[in-house]
Amino acid sequence: MKIEVLGMGCCSCAKLYDAVQEVVTELGVRAEVIKVDDMKAVLQKGVMSTPAIVVDGVVKVAGRSPNKEEIKKYLR
Amino acid sequence: MFEYFADLVVYQWLNLVPGEHFTDALYFFVYDVPKILVLLAVAIFIITIIRSYFPPEKTKKYLGQKRTFVGHILAALIGIMTPFCSCSAVPLFIGFIEAGVPLGVTFSFLISSPMVNEIALILLWGMFGWKVALIYMASGVTIAIVGGWIIGRLKLERWVEEYVFEIKMAEAVWTEPTFGARLVDARNFTFVLLKQITPYIVVAIAIGGIIHGYVPDNFIMAYAGKGNPFAVPLVVLIGVPLYNSASGMVPIVYALLDKGLPLGTALAFMMAVSAISFPEMIILRRVLKIQLIGVFAGILAVAIIFTGYLFNAIM
Repeated sequence: MKIEVLGMGCCSCAKLYDAVQEVVTELGVRAEVIKVDDMKAVLQKGVMSTPAIVVDGVVKVAGRSPNKEEIKKYLR
Repeated sequence: MFEYFADLVVYQWLNLVPGEHFTDALYFFVYDVPKILVLLAVAIFIITIIRSYFPPEKTKKYLGQKRTFVGHILAALIGIMTPFCSCSAVPLFIGFIEAGVPLGVTFSFLISSPMVNEIALILLWGMFGWKVALIYMASGVTIAIVGGWIIGRLKLERWVEEYVFEIKMAEAVWTEPTFGARLVDARNFTFVLLKQITPYIVVAIAIGGIIHGYVPDNFIMAYAGKGNPFAVPLVVLIGVPLYNSASGMVPIVYALLDKGLPLGTALAFMMAVSAISFPEMIILRRVLKIQLIGVFAGILAVAIIFTGYLFNAIM
């Protein structure tokens, strides 16, 4: 699984990246977690509002920070 | 209910005497904090559900297809429902332009979004009644439509950084959530957001309480009352370097109105603080040349001053 955490350096984005990694460890899923913080790269994903989570190319959430329960759902 | 609670805490438990500065300040605080937080929780929950149907990634497509004037109106209305954190201002701007949304229409969105939002509107409604909330919304939307339209007519595309026009966006793949999932999302988001904004709201209400309790009643009347024709531009000038969200401004405006500041002057102050801010201008500098930022701030300031005078004249 490929999980991309999109953010442009605001503090909530950094926290979200950590939260996603924790959830991946908790669930024990095999996943590659990538931080995307370049604005052009974010836009190229078709996302305009951050923080956002993209799992295997599908935008799961954009424009807000989900909590851990929600992140777990995205990874199932 | 909230009045009962405040009476209980301030007069019964703390046994304070009504009429003293400290009692008045504290009463204002104890009465307003729970009331505003409850209103906020309800407002955020409902709006989050509605908003989940209109992410900016979708709305930009509608706006790109509409005729320009209809576009201004829609952009201003959508702006009400779409708040963005200031770090998203730049990607939102680029995304709109890339989707073919005209520059002026994009500005209508950028103006209305920070100035008019549902949280501020419901706070205004809760504290002043629906008329003030409606006046604020109508004037904010009008400023956004007119301001964006003027920027569009001036054809200022040359003052947008060139790289903006070169970025190509991909089509995002979305999963459409079920209604149940939207409810759960909204509930979670309400808690997260309330936790985030409660300290700011509490500080804002505390400032409101201090003004309410300590600033003499004729202080504001003497300097910024109806007798001073320069009060409106003055408060707008004071408001520009200050930044607070429109929602955080409501308790402060409440206290100022309470002390006799005319409604138009108070609304102008609220708009200036929320819509024109140095931090946002600095962020927008990444996509706009300094001249366009100047035009943007200038048009907004003039429109807000005009609105202030208008409401002082008719109310």
